[in-house]
Amino acid sequence: MRDRGSEGRNSATIVLGGEAGQGIQTIEFILARVLKRSGYHIFSTKEYMSRIRGGTNTITIRVSDRPVAALAHRVDLLVPLHRSVLEHVGDRMREDTLILGDAGVLDAGPRTVHAPLSEIAREAGGKIYENTAAVGILAGALDADRQVLADYVREYFARKKPEVIEHNEAAALAGHAWGLALRGEGKVPFSIPRNPEVRGNLLISGAEAVGLGAIAGGCNFVSSYPMSPSTAVLTFLAAHDESFGIVAEQAEDEIAAVNMAVGAWYSGARAMATTSGGGFALMEEGISLAGMLETPLVIHLAQRPGPATGLPTRTEQGDLELALYAGHGEFPRVVYAPGSTRECFLLTARAFDVADRCQVPVFILTDQYTMDTYYDIPGLDLEAVPFRKHIVKSPADYLRYRITENGISPRAVPGFGDGLVTADSDEHDEAGHITEDMGVRVAMVDKRLRKAASLDAEALGPVFAGPEDYSILLAGWGSTHHVISEALELSGRTDTACLHFPQVYPFPSRARRYLEQAQKVVVVENNATGQFARLLNLHGGREADELILRYDGLAFTVEELTEAIGALEGED
Amino acid sequence: MGRNRFDMGGIDIAWCPGCGNFNILETVKETLHAMGLAPEEVVLVSGIGQAAKTPHYLKTHFFNGLHGRALPVATAIKASNPALTVIAESGDGDMYGEGGNHFIHAIRRNPDITNIIHNNMVYGLTKGQASPTSRPGFVTPVQVHGVFEEPFNPLAVALAMNGTFVARAYSEDREQTASVIRRAIEHRGYALVDVLQPCVSFNRVNTRKWYRENSYYLDGSHDTGDRVEAFRVATAPGPFPLGVLYESGGRKTFEENLPAYAGDARPLYQREPDRQRLAALIATRT
Ligand SMILES: Cc1ncc(C[n+]2csc(CCOP(=O)(O)OP(=O)(O)O)c2C)c(N)n1
Ligand code: SF4
Repeated sequence: MRDRGSEGRNSATIVLGGEAGQGIQTIEFILARVLKRSGYHIFSTKEYMSRIRGGTNTITIRVSDRPVAALAHRVDLLVPLHRSVLEHVGDRMREDTLILGDAGVLDAGPRTVHAPLSEIAREAGGKIYENTAAVGILAGALDADRQVLADYVREYFARKKPEVIEHNEAAALAGHAWGLALRGEGKVPFSIPRNPEVRGNLLISGAEAVGLGAIAGGCNFVSSYPMSPSTAVLTFLAAHDESFGIVAEQAEDEIAAVNMAVGAWYSGARAMATTSGGGFALMEEGISLAGMLETPLVIHLAQRPGPATGLPTRTEQGDLELALYAGHGEFPRVVYAPGSTRECFLLTARAFDVADRCQVPVFILTDQYTMDTYYDIPGLDLEAVPFRKHIVKSPADYLRYRITENGISPRAVPGFGDGLVTADSDEHDEAGHITEDMGVRVAMVDKRLRKAASLDAEALGPVFAGPEDYSILLAGWGSTHHVISEALELSGRTDTACLHFPQVYPFPSRARRYLEQAQKVVVVENNATGQFARLLNLHGGREADELILRYDGLAFTVEELTEAIGALEGED
Repeated sequence: MGRNRFDMGGIDIAWCPGCGNFNILETVKETLHAMGLAPEEVVLVSGIGQAAKTPHYLKTHFFNGLHGRALPVATAIKASNPALTVIAESGDGDMYGEGGNHFIHAIRRNPDITNIIHNNMVYGLTKGQASPTSRPGFVTPVQVHGVFEEPFNPLAVALAMNGTFVARAYSEDREQTASVIRRAIEHRGYALVDVLQPCVSFNRVNTRKWYRENSYYLDGSHDTGDRVEAFRVATAPGPFPLGVLYESGGRKTFEENLPAYAGDARPLYQREPDRQRLAALIATRT
């Protein structure tokens, strides 16, 4: 296995750790932006405990001269704000990992450098400037631009009192000077070239990308019940309710949330519910309702490990089959599984269009890792998500459930046109009235299921990477996209390619030819039983030969996958 | 008066002959017609049950959703298009049992909708089990030893939640019921109308005779602006009070509180995302 970190030392992994409430998030937020604006590619993700104070949480930041979008295991620079962090990240430490921390927290050691956090803070104006001092020290140690740091700290604290802004700037700059000096002494074991083109790049988390995609898709109604890790999307949309005219409502429970979303669509809104496994379990009746009423519905399901409450703040890809089979009865649906910031944006926007046009429930399946991860990207392409309306003005003799060739009946909304808009959760006739006529029943079932053909036809194909003449194919879906492709590249294998599925259902028929060529299919999933492998077998007609699974609540790292890929037996 | 605009014409109604539902249906139709409303302006939302079939029997927009879920749906319909007149109408099991949590929270939100409950103190569609409003001692195939739980008191709950319009009616008194429903629809905010309704098939205890003997009309001396008095009346032992117990204006409705309508009165279906603003928002993420 090749080791990225030691290879030329032009990339580094920094870990900030501390108790909840100690402010590592603020350090990370400022540092990431300062590094990026200085010209470094960065990647950031966090893992945290389900508590508000105490515990041990860490944030991993990768800094590189190349785009980085996956989690690394190794730590090159560790900044523990609390003693507990050392043990917490123990197995990620290397012989030459530099540990930077306050003397009050860290004992002396060969790899440990005492950073004068409290001293710098005191001189700048008091203990509360310790975190800014830490930002400065790290910025200096990583050779971030001094002016960029000063400007960004001013920008970040702009709403504070003038003296607070000044104290923060002083702490940051004093830290920077100290960090630079440390570099000068040769104590920082890496050096990364800057790239001015990175400076204007965007830093958008998965949660924000889903929120932005929703707005692009015309979302103007979100009803949800808070549940980690899905809440960030609700918060994002609520924060923009005024500027984008969004009705954002915290429902009394997930049952209300999903029924509100269906009611809102019926009334002409473009609605979404964002939730996580346990909350989604409560929403199942609403999925079935949307299936019967043929109301569009968009569900963002951010997975976390179950069953039941599971690990509330951790990640897993354990709810694929839940999304596939949720809701009683038979009706078509779509399940997207974005694997990047860009896909979070594009697929969420697309979900609204497909849901509206085909009148089916559409899922965006993400996870905690996706929600809490970001890395710099050049931009988000609004042109790629054109906004289209699909509502018709009703004529006086309007029939909501008119039988049509493709199964899609023109959808009107109350108050627009002369007709009446009906919706019945019982089996119904074309006028939407309750029926027990078996002939009508069969016609209606067939009509609803006919919509699947349109969905099949426009299913998004998988994303292929690697040599054309592969014999081993790594297949993944959702959040594993970047970690698989980086690990494959690092493994140096020339007989292996990878296939990422941004849409898992309906299964894209275009994927079959990739599967057919492979002599060995290896499915990589963040769960314990290989749910996607089962789907691949059922709909892709190809049984997986091997599974690479992780289900401890954490995302795959580049190193572990590189090793696992390297260990795969060749097929020739 | 001419033909009622909400009349469906010759339809097959699935209710038992002699059921109180017929009177409620006629009263609602008459009231909507008399108020000058058009079918295209009204959305009737229901759940599942005998009462919940009402939307199929009058000509208007309707959303016959899932058991217990009329209120979240009605709230969202109104919030997505505040110009619509939205009525959530269902049975007591539906609204107070399966939908009990939504009942409480709909009152909290105070959307400008009317909530009509056909309260027959029994589950009709599932053939005669107890409902949350069944009286103690009510024997059914499930409650074989008789109901012993305290009956749900929707009026008291609504008053406790500071509901802005709280009323009770009796299906067989069409004129009085019509006037209560009219006031409820005209009321700006959430309006509760619990309508006592005889079920001739499964409730042989709370019969027409029983309702007559166990209810009374509030007279002109009742102050509908006095919440404490309304609560006293709603919780007093003895016969059921009929009429408007409480009405208060002034509280903003759910829709009025929504920032989405602050500078834009258009219903949501007329809107499109502001892509320029979105591009600007994306550009801030540096
Ligand atoms: C989730 C769910 N649970 C149970 C049922 C079965 N069910 C249908 S109607 C009903 C109760 C009806 O009672 P009520 O609301 O008082 O209306 P009524 O029929 O008396 O008018 C029940 C339990 C259902 N349709 N859905
Ligand atoms: S079962 Fe009772 S409530 Fe239902 S229609 Fe018959 S009489 Fe009316």
